[in-house]
Amino acid sequence: MFRFALRRSAWAIPTLLLVTFLVYIALRMGTDPLASYMRSNPRATRSKIAQYKELNGLGSNYVTGYFSWLKNFVTFNWPKSIKGSREVWPELKDAIANSARLGAAATAVGVVVGLAIGIFAALRPGGKRDVAVNTAAFVGISIPPYISSILLQLLFAVYWSKWFGNTLFPTSGVYPPGQEGFDLVLMIKHMALPTVVVAIQVIAVYSRYMRSSLLDVLNSDYMRTARSKGLSEFRVLMRHGVRNALIPVITIAALDIGAIVGGLIITENIFDYPGTGKYFLSAFGNGDFPLLMPLMVIIVASVLLFNLIADISYAILDPRIRLD
Amino acid sequence: MAWKRFAGHKAALVCSAILGFLVLAVVLSPLTTRYGVNESVKAPPNSYLSPSKLAWLGTDDIGRDLYSRLIYGTRVSLLIGLFSAFISVFIGCVVGAVAGFRGGRFDDVIMRITDLFLAFPFLVALLVVRNMFGSIGWLTFIIGDVSSLRFIIFLLSFFGWMGVSRIVRGQVLALKEREFIEAARASGASRSYIIKRHLLPNSIGPIMVALTFSVVGAISGEATLSFFGYGPQPGAGATSLGLLVGQAKGAVQTGYWWIALFPCLVLVVISLCINFIGDALRDATDPRMDAGK
Amino acid sequence: MSDSVLQIRDLRVTFNTQMGELRAVRGVDVDVAPGKILGVVGESGSGKSVSFLAAMGLLPKSASISGSVMLDGQELIGAKKKFVRSVRGRLLSMVFQDPLSALNPVHRVGDQIVEMIQSHQDMSTHDAQKRAVQLLEIVGIPQPDERALQYPHEFSGGMRQRVVIAMAIANDPKVLIADEPTTALDVTVQAQILEVIQTVQQRFGTAVVLITHDLGVIARVADSVNVMYAGRNVESGSVQSMFDHPSHPYTRGLLSSLPHEGVERLQPIAGFPPNMLAPPPGCGFAPRCAFATDACSAELPALRQFDDLLTSCIRAEDLRIRSNS
Repeated sequence: MFRFALRRSAWAIPTLLLVTFLVYIALRMGTDPLASYMRSNPRATRSKIAQYKELNGLGSNYVTGYFSWLKNFVTFNWPKSIKGSREVWPELKDAIANSARLGAAATAVGVVVGLAIGIFAALRPGGKRDVAVNTAAFVGISIPPYISSILLQLLFAVYWSKWFGNTLFPTSGVYPPGQEGFDLVLMIKHMALPTVVVAIQVIAVYSRYMRSSLLDVLNSDYMRTARSKGLSEFRVLMRHGVRNALIPVITIAALDIGAIVGGLIITENIFDYPGTGKYFLSAFGNGDFPLLMPLMVIIVASVLLFNLIADISYAILDPRIRLD
Repeated sequence: MAWKRFAGHKAALVCSAILGFLVLAVVLSPLTTRYGVNESVKAPPNSYLSPSKLAWLGTDDIGRDLYSRLIYGTRVSLLIGLFSAFISVFIGCVVGAVAGFRGGRFDDVIMRITDLFLAFPFLVALLVVRNMFGSIGWLTFIIGDVSSLRFIIFLLSFFGWMGVSRIVRGQVLALKEREFIEAARASGASRSYIIKRHLLPNSIGPIMVALTFSVVGAISGEATLSFFGYGPQPGAGATSLGLLVGQAKGAVQTGYWWIALFPCLVLVVISLCINFIGDALRDATDPRMDAGK
Repeated sequence: MSDSVLQIRDLRVTFNTQMGELRAVRGVDVDVAPGKILGVVGESGSGKSVSFLAAMGLLPKSASISGSVMLDGQELIGAKKKFVRSVRGRLLSMVFQDPLSALNPVHRVGDQIVEMIQSHQDMSTHDAQKRAVQLLEIVGIPQPDERALQYPHEFSGGMRQRVVIAMAIANDPKVLIADEPTTALDVTVQAQILEVIQTVQQRFGTAVVLITHDLGVIARVADSVNVMYAGRNVESGSVQSMFDHPSHPYTRGLLSSLPHEGVERLQPIAGFPPNMLAPPPGCGFAPRCAFATDACSAELPALRQFDDLLTSCIRAEDLRIRSNS
């Protein structure tokens, strides 16, 4: 198992390099880092410009440029942001922490609820609750996150306070302005709506995967064997049904990490939540190459990491997968 | 047989009717709208009127009729959706068929690329690639600059073909296993004959399904881009569903609920209907269903 | 009170399908003597598997079941679900046709046996594991302690069927129902599996119901036979009498269609079994029977004593005279 994980992660490194190289090219072409810098610092001295180009690997050759960027990146010799000339890491670190918190909460809620709903629907295929779940999942998939965000904001920011005279769930930020230090209740209240928005997507997707996967499993012979042992229906369902149905769901889950991050970006922007999504869009809008590259590396790395985790858990869940 | 099963899917029938109604309203647009796209409602003061007889769905900040603008916007969005779905499906079919038939290194590379794109956050990839394409001179010469409809259609097609190519590749691989292809091969049929006579008829169901989902994907892709200000600028006050939904963002805090609600509703109804139709098509054309019932 | 360990009386099973009521089993009687092997033979669709799945309570909810299934003097049909569940796997257990799909691919073989033991006996996991290894040894699996830790895909078809048998006998059941246990296996492996079943029967005194469409299998291991056709018994009795002087034309057809040495598969009799959505009012075999009269199609023939067999043929006497002359 350990060697399997090691070999898979060994593969991840060249992939990471290749993809970041492509991203580097795309961003250099798309954001024109030099022009953005000149726009923000019209009176920069020649040596300042040279230093900026050196740190960001903006030489004329893309390949050597990428490697000089890479050298600075891995030695933590990161350039400062174009706008405001700020240190990148503290800002990125906070954004990642906030996003990870939101993403983890939404994924946890979404996966638990989605799987439960999928199981619930699969028990009586074609029955009333199956149709209801299926329809609800479709509605969930068909509502883009920005629309559910807007509708929730409309409901809570405008009408809730109008009707009840208080603010139940704030619709922006992690804390009210001026709040210092950690406050769990406030944080949960602020996170509630964006969590719901992202979780809706996760629920819609997972309930459908789980339903169809479990339906396949329920028709298999070993379910009958399990029943013939005299096990309780619940045990038959969990240990033989759900346990086996999870295997295909796990593989799909890995591919979904991209969708969840995408949902986060949209949701964070609407709820003014200081995560990577907001970080990305403002940096992208400013063409801020020094802010964008590290974020891209993190995104690519996390996509690869989750793929790796899915591969490994797949191998653990399904003994038929050969590890060598 | 397939058609009968589709007709048995009640939700899909209702959705087809709703969608047909919408398409009709859009196609007949000068007849079905009440004002021009950029025209103000003739009743000063006319900005932010709530829904009334005068303006069925209310007016926006500069007094334009939301109902009429929704129909014009839907026209633009459907156009984008249909065009880029067709292009995506075409590219996807070609790449998927070639990858499936050729196999080997080409197949590996293509599938790796699709995996990577499918795993990457869609919006990030869309924006980065958008800007990159926009910076390539000869490309913008062909497909227009970043704010043109052509460019958006091209961009969405660029990201849309991967799912389709996977489906077609899967079909080809499944067909390759089947005996009648072997028989056709053995009797000396050419590859294009095999594709025409065996592959296409067998894949038409999944491709139709992919097409419907591609339309939804492209419409919501455009809406997402527009929502964040990176969408097309059709010019002269013309609009799209995405642009209209984007205005909703500002309307929320002020409480002009109609500006937020109606564009969102139209977008959701369209994607919901197409999703339902696609699902019913999938059920109707799935050969496994024949054996099951 | 009979001395049967499993006694089935007038069992009826009807499935509600989209096309109407499918009457899969239409009044079946079975007696299984303790420690003996009863062969149940019939074509596919004759209701032989369905009858015993019904006895196990393993049919889907769409099936309506009536009649009586007495196991060791206790009624199972209409009994509380919890009670039936406690019987299943403890007093009455089952071996299925396809060993490749009968085991859960994601659990270790030993664990699947342990699960069977622990669902009916209060035994520590450690002891249950030891017992599982012991069971694997009984059914003839070499290196049982290592094999217990492996997964089903690491076993061949025959070995998997041994595992399924080991699991089925884990709680010393009174009756073991084997539903075509050798059909999916190679000919050479078939004989081994039959031997395992015989070993179990002889060593533990387990009564076995061996469902098959292979008369060769019956001839080799069974003590008595129950021939089924179109959801009914047509004939039952000892193997000896059945092969020696069958009374029912269907049984004769089966026996005469047996090829001589070598291949022992059934050759089909001309014609098809009746449509069970609308079964004929009389003897189900009459449309295919060379000796049928109008009386045969008039009403369902009851099972009656004839010589040392039970037969449902109303013309058994006439036919014997004819075959003797």
